[in-house]
Amino acid sequence: MHPAPSIVFFTTASGAGYGLLVFASLGALVGSVPVTTTSGLVLLLPALLLVTAGLCSSTLHLGHPERAWRAFSQWRSSWLSREGVAAVATYVPALVMAWLWISAERLAPIAASATVLLALATIYCTAMIYASLQPIPRWHHPLVPPVYLALGLASGTLVGLALAARLFGIGTPALLLGLILLTAAWALKWRYWQSIDSAAPVAGTAEAIGLPERGPARLVEAPHTERNYILDEMGYRIARKHKQKLRRHAFVAGWAIPAAALLLSLLTGPSLVPAVLSIGAACTLLGTLVERWLFFAEAEHLVMLYYGKGSV
Amino acid sequence: MTGLPENPSAKKLGLVIDLDTCVGCQACVVHCKEWNTSSTASPLADTDPYGENPTGAWLNRVHGFEVEDADTNGPGRTVHFPRSCLHCENAACVTVCPTGASYKRAEDGIVLVDEAKCIGCGLCAWACPYGAREMDGVARVMKKCTLCIDRIYNQHLPVDEREPACVRTCPAKARHFGDLGDPNSDVSRLVAEREGVPLMPELGYRPTNRYLPPRRPTTAKATTALEPAPGGFLGWLDRLLAD
Repeated sequence: MHPAPSIVFFTTASGAGYGLLVFASLGALVGSVPVTTTSGLVLLLPALLLVTAGLCSSTLHLGHPERAWRAFSQWRSSWLSREGVAAVATYVPALVMAWLWISAERLAPIAASATVLLALATIYCTAMIYASLQPIPRWHHPLVPPVYLALGLASGTLVGLALAARLFGIGTPALLLGLILLTAAWALKWRYWQSIDSAAPVAGTAEAIGLPERGPARLVEAPHTERNYILDEMGYRIARKHKQKLRRHAFVAGWAIPAAALLLSLLTGPSLVPAVLSIGAACTLLGTLVERWLFFAEAEHLVMLYYGKGSV
Repeated sequence: MTGLPENPSAKKLGLVIDLDTCVGCQACVVHCKEWNTSSTASPLADTDPYGENPTGAWLNRVHGFEVEDADTNGPGRTVHFPRSCLHCENAACVTVCPTGASYKRAEDGIVLVDEAKCIGCGLCAWACPYGAREMDGVARVMKKCTLCIDRIYNQHLPVDEREPACVRTCPAKARHFGDLGDPNSDVSRLVAEREGVPLMPELGYRPTNRYLPPRRPTTAKATTALEPAPGGFLGWLDRLLAD
């Protein structure tokens, strides 16, 4: 599948933004994040900024962005519509919480809880847009929603820890929690990669043309000589060696460096922690971006069976 | 609503495509383009049509495949394979649409796009395993086969022209249009007689269109170039010469 930069950026940025919202809200609810004007500005503003930048980016690939409001109507059947509704709904408690937090240094527990639930629901809806698509076997996979949720939470938490470290000391439990979240997220991703590499093909060319028992079948004459929408959108191919290399890069940037940063923060004095965690957060965002690019680039669509791919 | 019709009628309009007689002439492709680019919806546009990189939206594409017929030990054959919207009963392209632009008609099962509501997100094209939808690079909305809804119900056309352009134009009579929901219709009988198949039924989309498999050679031997061994005098001569 064609990795459209607007969508790759959108899912990474909004995932981290919602993760950061969850981090701040839960942190305030359990009392480990102090509810002050400064902490509100430093944690909630970047979260809302990441979410909003992601959502704006997602409209860039639309043919008619001026009609985007229509996308809130079909939540009964469409995960894309549900995502839109959930994304907009999250703003309501998030803005109420942010307003009271920043202006009155007061925590609204109901708004904070609603923010957590709706932020998680939005990430889940984003993942389900892909996981519900049967013609793309690598997306129609049970690990896709957990990976989206885990990577959103992990990257948001890392950003949250890096920002919070500038305001107050980060305790060992918070650092350990970050390490556990991060490791669990990338372990899930690793499991996903193993699973799609060993998955049996869903169909072959002979099945695609309705003649399974007459096969094997092979494309000998393409229907057109030039590119078309189908090939541009669904005919994206990535070389195997590049795939392996990019997976390694994603893993090192997404997990290894940030995990080392968290461990280092546990061991060093508080003066180094903000800088170390910032590097860790930047790396995990970068790693997640590469992971998200691969999520698209590696996915194959069944329609390619009609364009010369022997099996998908 | 992009929900599928709650009370669909028994009528299921669709195409039956004969892979035995299709000669891959592309006439259906061209007539489809011609009709749909000049119909009531926005034109089926091309971008850079006379330039270096011409591309455009087409609703019907004919692919050429080589099928080995491995089970009969035959020499294999060419199968010309026209590919267009199958007007599925369980159409995911409809349910994934966030705006309600993509819909399935309750009265005859035709799947259509309301161009005024389409935001051009492309999700419906992703949801279709058969590649039936193509984005229009000029109108920036999704295009698909309408089963020539502006022909089949068109009171201004002579009765014999009220069928899809691709069916009307096919010189090999490889394309048939009718009600596949009616077991006694001509198309349903044809499907029963020729053991027509849906494409990739295991995916669960329940396509309406059917494809008629290429006919088998009368016997497997008929496909081989070798003469059967003669009997009698010729057989004796054959064995003598073979020694």
